[in-house]
Amino acid sequence: MRDTTQTHIVGTPALRKEGIGKVTGGARYIDDMALPGMWHGATVRSNIARGIIKDIRFGAGIAWDEFVIVTAKDIPGENCIPLIVDHDQPVLVESRVNHPEEPVVLLAHPDKARLHEAVAAVEINYEPLPAVFTIEESERQKTIVWGEDNVIKRFLVEKGDVDSAWQRAAHIVTGEYHTGAQEQLYIENNGVIADWSEADGLTIRGSMQCPYYIHKALLRVFDLPAEKVRVIQAETGGAFGGKEDYPSMIAAHAGLLSKKAGRPVKIIYDREEDLAATTKRHPSRTRYRTAVDGNGRLLAMDIQVDLDGGAYATVTPTVLSRATIHAAGPYCCENIRIRSHAWATNLPPHGAFRGFGSPQTIFGIERHMDQIAKAAGISPEEVRRRNFLAPGKTTATGQEIRDVIDLPGMLDRALKVSDYEAKHLRFARENATSSPIKRGIGVASFMHGAGFTGSGERYLNSLVGLEADATGHVTVLVSSTEFGQGTNTMLSQVAAEALGLSCEDISVAQPDTQRVPNSGPTVASRTTMIVGRLVQDAAHALADILRGKNLLGEIFSVTEFRAACAAYTECFGALRAEARYQAPKDIFWDDVAYKGEAYPAFAWAIYVAEVAVDTRTYSTQVVNFYALQEVGRVINPLLATGQIEGGVAQGIGYALYEKVVWKNGRMSNNQMTNYIMPTAVDVPNIEVYFEEMPCEHGPCGAKGLGELPHDGPAPAILNAIQNATGINFTSIPLLPEDMYLRMAETPEPDAKETAGCV
Amino acid sequence: MRVMSAAKMHWPEIRFKVNGSERSVSVPPMKRLLDVLREDLELTGVKEGCGEGECGSCSVLLDGVLVNSCLVPALQASGCEVLTVEGLATNGALAHIQQKFLELGGTQCGICTPGMMLAAESLLKNNPKPDLDEIREGLAGNLCRCTGYMRIIDAVRHASQKPLLAEEQAEIDAVRR
Amino acid sequence: MRSNASQYELIAPGSLDSVLALLAAEPDAWTPMAGGTELMVALGAGRLEQHKLVSLWGIDELRQITANDDWLSIGAGATFTDIRQNAIVAKDFPLLARAASWTGAIANQNRGTLGGNIVNASPAADSPPVLLVYEAEIELVSAQGRRRMPYSEFHLGYKRTVLRPQELVKAVHLPRGRHLPVEYLRKVGTRNALAISKVALACVGAMQSGKVSTVRIAAASLRETPARLSATEAALLGHALTPERIQAARKALLQEVKPIDDIRSTANYRAHVAANLLEEFLEQMTASNSKTRS
Repeated sequence: MRDTTQTHIVGTPALRKEGIGKVTGGARYIDDMALPGMWHGATVRSNIARGIIKDIRFGAGIAWDEFVIVTAKDIPGENCIPLIVDHDQPVLVESRVNHPEEPVVLLAHPDKARLHEAVAAVEINYEPLPAVFTIEESERQKTIVWGEDNVIKRFLVEKGDVDSAWQRAAHIVTGEYHTGAQEQLYIENNGVIADWSEADGLTIRGSMQCPYYIHKALLRVFDLPAEKVRVIQAETGGAFGGKEDYPSMIAAHAGLLSKKAGRPVKIIYDREEDLAATTKRHPSRTRYRTAVDGNGRLLAMDIQVDLDGGAYATVTPTVLSRATIHAAGPYCCENIRIRSHAWATNLPPHGAFRGFGSPQTIFGIERHMDQIAKAAGISPEEVRRRNFLAPGKTTATGQEIRDVIDLPGMLDRALKVSDYEAKHLRFARENATSSPIKRGIGVASFMHGAGFTGSGERYLNSLVGLEADATGHVTVLVSSTEFGQGTNTMLSQVAAEALGLSCEDISVAQPDTQRVPNSGPTVASRTTMIVGRLVQDAAHALADILRGKNLLGEIFSVTEFRAACAAYTECFGALRAEARYQAPKDIFWDDVAYKGEAYPAFAWAIYVAEVAVDTRTYSTQVVNFYALQEVGRVINPLLATGQIEGGVAQGIGYALYEKVVWKNGRMSNNQMTNYIMPTAVDVPNIEVYFEEMPCEHGPCGAKGLGELPHDGPAPAILNAIQNATGINFTSIPLLPEDMYLRMAETPEPDAKETAGCV
Repeated sequence: MRVMSAAKMHWPEIRFKVNGSERSVSVPPMKRLLDVLREDLELTGVKEGCGEGECGSCSVLLDGVLVNSCLVPALQASGCEVLTVEGLATNGALAHIQQKFLELGGTQCGICTPGMMLAAESLLKNNPKPDLDEIREGLAGNLCRCTGYMRIIDAVRHASQKPLLAEEQAEIDAVRR
Repeated sequence: MRSNASQYELIAPGSLDSVLALLAAEPDAWTPMAGGTELMVALGAGRLEQHKLVSLWGIDELRQITANDDWLSIGAGATFTDIRQNAIVAKDFPLLARAASWTGAIANQNRGTLGGNIVNASPAADSPPVLLVYEAEIELVSAQGRRRMPYSEFHLGYKRTVLRPQELVKAVHLPRGRHLPVEYLRKVGTRNALAISKVALACVGAMQSGKVSTVRIAAASLRETPARLSATEAALLGHALTPERIQAARKALLQEVKPIDDIRSTANYRAHVAANLLEEFLEQMTASNSKTRS
């Protein structure tokens, strides 16, 4: 392992590779593009939650012969978007509708302005069926809407012996916690251009995270061989998980229209459609029953995790997996049981959003730790200190912590930079006066696993390529996409570091399935650690190829590298190296028993939130935020800081602002004026601190950090609110109306309140 | 690249100046300025994020004043001067605000960046040395989902060339280290 | 974009007289549009039912802000930015400058007009409660002439006003020299900017000899229209602000408001918070009382 102090490019704030296009307006997003002869597409969607289609009528007043019309009958291959559960989610409804906004009919026309009227003129008549809209309704199993029992997925994690621990407990603390749906709200709406030709097959350009997911889906939908489908990522304006799987659906739609129209078709969602029809974060309910000894140490945890998956499985099994594995927090406990279920409802399927199940359960455990602290009569920071994982201890799945992690030390530093103790005292003093503003400070500690769970990376079997041309310019070939988080820059830095070049000598090829190998999806905080490592390996392999022809020594200069590339390409042709994922030898995962090393590495964090609660308006302002995390090696401190700040802002939205208002299974507040995300005057100053303990798996010791910052803010904020008001709020988003209801019921904070409610 | 309209109608010309050049378009008077800029003038740097005047991605300067171009009908831009992101750089050299956004991490996915920089330009024109609260207020109508606004505020602060306090400089150095 | 722009007409006659002549000649045919911050949202959402629009933008006569000793006159076409930047508004009518600064964000303020906001007649609008407590008058104009009335008479019911089809709002007039020592305005929105009001309270008042000598209270989002809370005022006028009196005023407010549950908030929250805002204002009144006494 290279000594970290010796890196020249890794660890520096190299400029964003594609930044110039972004600041000049030259960057081309999908709606900035058009192809010759292109038409526009639109989607007719169901307006009931569940039922059977009786008929579809095309109303009067529209020149239907000008339109291309596609229904499920037009699908050449299979009518499904395969993800984890096959034959589940259809591309277009054939007869059974399972959620509002489900796609039924597609229309295309040369004039975009004509589409909306036409969509409105398609009348669908249904025979409605009973629907379920919540976890509670689904688990009653009175109405079965999916499979045999509404259960999309279940997990059972067992460690030690939970049941015998209760009698030894000094305190038994129970709590139930709820999180709502959350919209990713990328500022660029979803969009795709499909171009079908009989000769070449189907080419898709679009806003996306995972070109190979789309590729795989389209092979099935169009019954085409791999070389007849080509997927190209356009500049993508934000994703956060919201463009992990839904673009496959849009690509299939645009492809069907293009095939039938015999010309390219562009589908761009407007904000109302994107909000109502595409995926959201899974709502959750977590239940904790914990046995604690007289010193506040965890003896046993009995945890139930329930997610609302929406109408189809899509990514839900993996979201549940991550939620399950993170549910016990960064704590030592010999006896743990986690029973988790993902329930089907008749909502549009929920999907990936930064954190992918862990914000839900980390909310639960971190709220719960504060209740344990109360019951045990110790402070929230002390209860954590007494229970933290440490090297040699094991997680809920029995994974031994090998990171030389010092959580108590991190906690100390987080408390210091946030001036926690002094503020805690001052707020207690000030809150006792009659001022309507009550201040509070709260902590959350958590970890987030990098990469796919268990054998997931082995299954992905990622491949990365590196090419060098005659001038020594290197091109990185990956399917990993840039959507603001810094993929292009980070991979350039890694490659440059490995070859002793500068960032300007490296390009990252546009992800195009015709050109780049499948390095896996851009999800799961894996791009730096897994793909970055492969890029580093491929760079070393490239140098080895040159060494193999005696064109390069062990150590080489830039000039020597360039000369070697020139010589090699002249004599031997294309200069290209590849690296394929190798599973670490000492990672063992049992997928059946759900035990073992869930992730090769974790990032660790302590977040502190400071709030001011206005008891006149029941609104909470986050006044300061401190985010301290250990992430291995920071490849680019400017980009990494930006990731943490952005994730914290989303977490603040999750906690206090972002509510999806459901009406009969449909998002009724599907406008930006009514789905509230924080503005520049709502987000506080966020202080970011990095600690670096190089990890053997990532390039130069890096781990993942993309999702980590969304895990901690919500529980830290609600812990701070409890500190400020004395009230244990257990459900997010916590809107002023919710706080008012609770405070109007119990005007005086209950100082003796012990652990929450069941 | 223009997409063909199914119906060719003759609309009276609307003339206005865009990024310093005289332009003239023949479009329905109620066509959104956003669509005129993107479709008729191929200035795709102006973005549509919401179509309801909430996100600010479509922000342009209209006679020097920040507006949401999704809410301006073409006819009302007649005789006006429009500045879009494409008009910020001069002779290929990035404007100061663009340079700061690039250097200081003010752009991540980039979709809010054009509107955000124009909002910053408008702010700094009216208030050359804004404090942090004034910067936040000046950007309040431009939503960013990626950055949490911190690096953007930093970029604007630097662009205002406000002399930095010693602790502010140290903070920047710490991040950039 | 859910409308076909080619199905809409927009003309710009360019002067107040020509617009009024058009409205008189073709009653009910043309919808006036100022900055477009309401109507263009409806266009984008596919729900702009009026297809013939006449532009008021750029008619300087409508955009003037002028003052004499007795009145400040704000043209209906003045934008919220114009209002914020006006020195007399800032000095004599600070609540109006504040309300303008809370309307949307900068880009909306640069295009949204006072007249457009008033005619749109949303009960949640930010400026109307301020106009009510400042006892503004509103001037309407048509080809037939002008009429002027207290702004409090302008709103009839939910999104219904006295405006006749051929009429435009010409100006809003604020009486000068009636400055009161206590001025209060608070808006509670979904966030700190770009927020539609859940509830807002505008209050002005004065104490004399330990009693409330003048008080005017108006609210947004508590009734079908922007409204003066006259029962609450009556509960306060002439009384000392004892704890019992404050409770009585709270009670009067809770009884006279009729907020609703909607997508943004709940009736109970709105009412209860309004009562809290009232208390906050009354604290300021009490503080002003002790100042004058010392």
